[in-house]
Amino acid sequence: MTAQDTSLPMISAKQLRFVYPRGGVVALDDVSIDIPAGQSVGIVGQNGSGKTTFTKTLNGLLRPSGGTVHVDGLDTSKLTVQQLASTVGYVFQNPNHQLFATSVAAELAFGPTNLKLPKDEIEARVAEALEFFDLGEHAKSHPYRLSFPLRKLVGIASVFTMHPKIFVLDEPTTGQDHQTTRIINRLIHRLQDRGATVVTVAHDMPLLADVSERLIVMWSSKVVLDGTPREVFANREVMDLTHITPPQITQISLGMPSRAGRPAALSVEELAEDVRAGKESR
Amino acid sequence: MTGESVITIEQLSFTYATGTRPALHDISLDIKRGEYIGVMGLNGAGKTTLGLSLNGIVPQSSLGHYEGKVTVDGHDAAVTPVREMAKMVGIVFDNPEFQMSQISAAEEVALGLENLGVPTEEMHTRVSAALALVGLAGFEERSPLGLSGGQQQRLAIASVIAMQPRILFMDEPTSNLDPIGKEEVFELARKLNKDEGLTVIVAEHEAEVLAAYADRIVVLHEGLIVMAGTPQEIFARADELAAIGVRVPQATELALAMEPEAREGVPVTTATAIEWMEARAR
Repeated sequence: MTAQDTSLPMISAKQLRFVYPRGGVVALDDVSIDIPAGQSVGIVGQNGSGKTTFTKTLNGLLRPSGGTVHVDGLDTSKLTVQQLASTVGYVFQNPNHQLFATSVAAELAFGPTNLKLPKDEIEARVAEALEFFDLGEHAKSHPYRLSFPLRKLVGIASVFTMHPKIFVLDEPTTGQDHQTTRIINRLIHRLQDRGATVVTVAHDMPLLADVSERLIVMWSSKVVLDGTPREVFANREVMDLTHITPPQITQISLGMPSRAGRPAALSVEELAEDVRAGKESR
Repeated sequence: MTGESVITIEQLSFTYATGTRPALHDISLDIKRGEYIGVMGLNGAGKTTLGLSLNGIVPQSSLGHYEGKVTVDGHDAAVTPVREMAKMVGIVFDNPEFQMSQISAAEEVALGLENLGVPTEEMHTRVSAALALVGLAGFEERSPLGLSGGQQQRLAIASVIAMQPRILFMDEPTSNLDPIGKEEVFELARKLNKDEGLTVIVAEHEAEVLAAYADRIVVLHEGLIVMAGTPQEIFARADELAAIGVRVPQATELALAMEPEAREGVPVTTATAIEWMEARAR
């Protein structure tokens, strides 16, 4: 094992560079990102902007071509994906890349079993996950007998049972309907309550507006903006450059002449409240 | 809208041989020529089966129990050969990559035409016209796999419209695309509907998108049509929709948060919500 540098933030990337060996495409160009423990961060940008490449350097799936990445004080270049798995829980965009057990319950038990946890702890974690993800009726099903959206929930749940300090979600709501999207939304809040650090890569801006304290905007292999969702969505120039569409409620709040100069709203309740309060104060 | 029916679905029920309950249950729906229809509902509600019944894949290539009748342009979809139906109804799926099999974009578009035995000269003309229509003129020799997600999906649409169908069914066509790709595909669908007069039917979870484009929305739940109407009529019933896992646009949520009893004239788009809110902020 390598030395753990406890003075570093939970995630610390310094002047990170990544060049794909074939074709020489520069996917990350001088990216420095620090994420403190317990923060929920969204990473946004078009496909090919470097988002997933960045997250794959966190658990050692990709080795940086330059610069360094530390997670929980550990230098990822010195550890294998297996060694990093208990620290960084990575949920792939495509659940087929991570499911292999013959039943949903076995899938959920796989990670904690590898962590050599006591049997009753494993059972408790599996039971909790089945309930939280509403997968109880599918516990004995083969993951490949499930629909794609349910399979995706199983993929997330199988990382959830490992209780990693860092949780990386790559496009968790893609192809999901409203019901499963709500489960993912609740999951991220639950992880935050537990003190986990959460990195969510997504095109789903209403989700990120709700669950992220901070948004990192990538464009063409670089970080072009880093701020609160409120600041990021109000930055017209960067939104236009990166073709990111803020949540509809944010657009409405920014488009109301009577609210000119007021901060962007991130939720329906917030804007409704704000307009009601504005009326009363007059 | 001319008022002329192009699709008539009468008491359609279908249960897959592997299914325990009907995927569609006693569905009746009349679609006018040139309409833009949005289909909403949870995964598994029957959206895809409905689409596949339009060109006869259900029941002709799907084992199961079929009742009722689907008439497309005067043809009974259950008995007219699928290759004949494909000239009337084009179907585009959610994952464009799965639909790509050829080494060049032109060959990809030509594939379906070759299967129909279209003469070479006419085939070239149709391939060029289809590529031009989807904004991919000049891409003839490019490899489909080297295209962006949005370009791939537009190519999939070109392959379908080269068969000159008057009806296009798209099954969550942008669920795997980034925001740029999504914009490209929905703009194209709008153009095919408004300028080329195609009847467009889109299964889609994103309420904001359908509010902006659809003339009418059909909501499916467990194989039943539970609502059908204009976006305004449908989204005003937000509570009923929430109970079956269907989201309404944030524009509508906002109006209902301000005035829970609002029904007539409730906004469904960003622009109308701004107007609606401004009228109440003063």
